Amino acid sequence: MAIDRSIVGAVSEPETFEVERGAIRKFADAIGDPNPAYRSGDVAPPTFPTTFRIRVPGLNVDPARLLHAGEEYVYERPIRAGDRITCVRRVVDTYVKSGRLGEMTFVVSESEGRDLDGNLVVTARSTIIVR
Amino acid sequence: MVYDRWQPGDDLPPLVKEPISKVQLVRYAGASGDYNLIHTDVETARSVGLDGVIAHGMLSMGFLGQYLADLAGSENVRRVQVRFNAMVRLGDVLTCKGVVKETTSAANGRPLASLEIWAENQRGEKVTSGTAEVYLPR
Repeated sequence: MAIDRSIVGAVSEPETFEVERGAIRKFADAIGDPNPAYRSGDVAPPTFPTTFRIRVPGLNVDPARLLHAGEEYVYERPIRAGDRITCVRRVVDTYVKSGRLGEMTFVVSESEGRDLDGNLVVTARSTIIVR
Repeated sequence: MVYDRWQPGDDLPPLVKEPISKVQLVRYAGASGDYNLIHTDVETARSVGLDGVIAHGMLSMGFLGQYLADLAGSENVRRVQVRFNAMVRLGDVLTCKGVVKETTSAANGRPLASLEIWAENQRGEKVTSGTAEVYLPR
């Protein structure tokens, strides 16, 4: 499925996510991670920012047609219960590649998560395939 | 934490996870908020040409997050990056593995190790692979 290159630069509205102790514990449980740090909820597992869900701005397709190709997180500090993280997602690239499943369109987006003081906490770079 | 004076080229001790189960995918859908039905509903998976549900890529990245936190401490993970190379299906057994690539100092002066990490299935295929940076004890 072709995606118009004009999507590059699209920016989401900011959205604020409150990091709840119980949500940290449930997330660790789902992964099967018995780390005691997550039982207390004082620290969140490294991939917890995936729960800060914002749709890719400008991309209106059936989610069943999307495949996750890659993800990167860079942490400025650990995420803890009680944090309120405000995220903004931005489309940074789109390109087409031919692969096993035929022609595939890739969309790369970046999200920045900041705390209430405006300090950067986490940057996520996500690559998805639109089939 | 199992850090013990890593040197470039060192193999890190593996982490073997339980087989992927349907319950785990449903729980992960709920905990992560990823309700894409290709992970939990066979009909939806078939409707897009898959032969059954596939695990969330982020679940295998979550296993690698567990691995990094076990190795270096959850508060010492600086960066993790992965590619999802192959689909993970019900019953698959993933093992997280890693190799030390380099030990350096971060801009803030803390010792930092660059790692190559991956999760492989029971056939030895690297289903999810990438790189990570973790801070080390001084």
